[in-house]
Amino acid sequence: MKTITVLISKEFTIELRQKYALGGMILYLVSSIFIVFMALNLNNASIHPVIWNAILWIILLFTAANSIAKSFIQEKKGILLYYYIIATPGEILFSKMIYNFLLMMFLIMAGVLIYSIVLGNPVQNMQVFSICVLLAALGFSSTFTLISSIASKASNSSTLMAILGFPIILPILLMVLKVSKNAIDGLPNSNSFNELLTLLAVVIITITTSLLLFPYLWKSS
Amino acid sequence: MGIILVYYTIIAGFLVHAPRLAILHESIRNLFFHVSIWFAMVILLIISVTYSIKYLINPKAIFDNMASEFAKTGIVFGLIGVVTGSIWARFTWGSWWVNDPKLNATTIALLIYLAYLVLRLSMENEDQRARISAVYNIFAFTAMIPLIFILPRLTDSLHPGSGGNPGFNVYDDVDNNLRKVFYPSIIAWTIMGFWLTSIRIRIKNVKEKIFELESKNLF
Repeated sequence: MKTITVLISKEFTIELRQKYALGGMILYLVSSIFIVFMALNLNNASIHPVIWNAILWIILLFTAANSIAKSFIQEKKGILLYYYIIATPGEILFSKMIYNFLLMMFLIMAGVLIYSIVLGNPVQNMQVFSICVLLAALGFSSTFTLISSIASKASNSSTLMAILGFPIILPILLMVLKVSKNAIDGLPNSNSFNELLTLLAVVIITITTSLLLFPYLWKSS
Repeated sequence: MGIILVYYTIIAGFLVHAPRLAILHESIRNLFFHVSIWFAMVILLIISVTYSIKYLINPKAIFDNMASEFAKTGIVFGLIGVVTGSIWARFTWGSWWVNDPKLNATTIALLIYLAYLVLRLSMENEDQRARISAVYNIFAFTAMIPLIFILPRLTDSLHPGSGGNPGFNVYDDVDNNLRKVFYPSIIAWTIMGFWLTSIRIRIKNVKEKIFELESKNLF
């Protein structure tokens, strides 16, 4: 337990030291939201909720893929060996997942905030929406962390990250989109309950599988 | 053996008396192709995953070869299944592609396995390639199974067997002739898949032997 907290605090320290990474992510968010805003060319008309929903989650998906890709890919060559000496593979993966989850929560909340400022906020059921955001951050972080560790071993890693990650994240994304649309329409909580439960189940399956498979990945050079 | 069964399937499929139903008419015969190919694909992909797990437990090159070849044949069968399903859809529902969860789920599954192939291509070192693609195979399989089997049953769709539609058992209660061809056709396509895969594995082994012999001759 203590190792995990140490590793997480290590991630935070590194991130805050090299401010360019976090700032880069926020800039990525702001730029993509701005591009969407310009492309829609609204002139005071309001945007259809379906499109609001779809574009928000697409932007968040790309931001997630880019930011979590950095977690394994940017580690220098020898540093991984050092980690393997001081901690078990499960602890390393788990600490990266928790760190990525917190990062995703921050980025998603910032993204929704900026998006609402620019394009309006039609969400009526904030409870369901916030649970949806929480589960989406969990889902993104758990899948993309493992994919990033796989992609970091290959040569063309950033392209591979997208290719490997997007099909696997699709079921999570589809369920998140449905729940988010329910929240926007203001449907009562009971409608979304099934989907949220399935989301939780998929996230748990993903985390367990990743923890089982990661020890096989760490051994290579 | 597989060839005989496939011939049986194709010929009997067109000749057997099929019950006529409102929308489906004669196209129910597609049952033998489309559905059995999907069954065969799922079986092939399950075998691919078991070989991946075997490889992680006991790293032998042969397991990795078998895992990748089964996955490739599984992809080909999946593509054929999608094409046959699309043709069937054109006749019964009126369009080539609909927004249906089973269709979406299978497209995602195909994308995942194509990504598996790209991953294999992008790595040079053999051991690393084998190990990492085995990990991805297992990960992708556990992500895919809830998709294909669970999600479509939960939601409404035009696809038979999920949502509001009865499975095909209702249709051939009247006339058991369909079943006589259906069950063997599943076996036929599965054996076909095995045969294709085993030929590919044998070709690979022969190529490796040639490579070894050539490099020995150089010295």
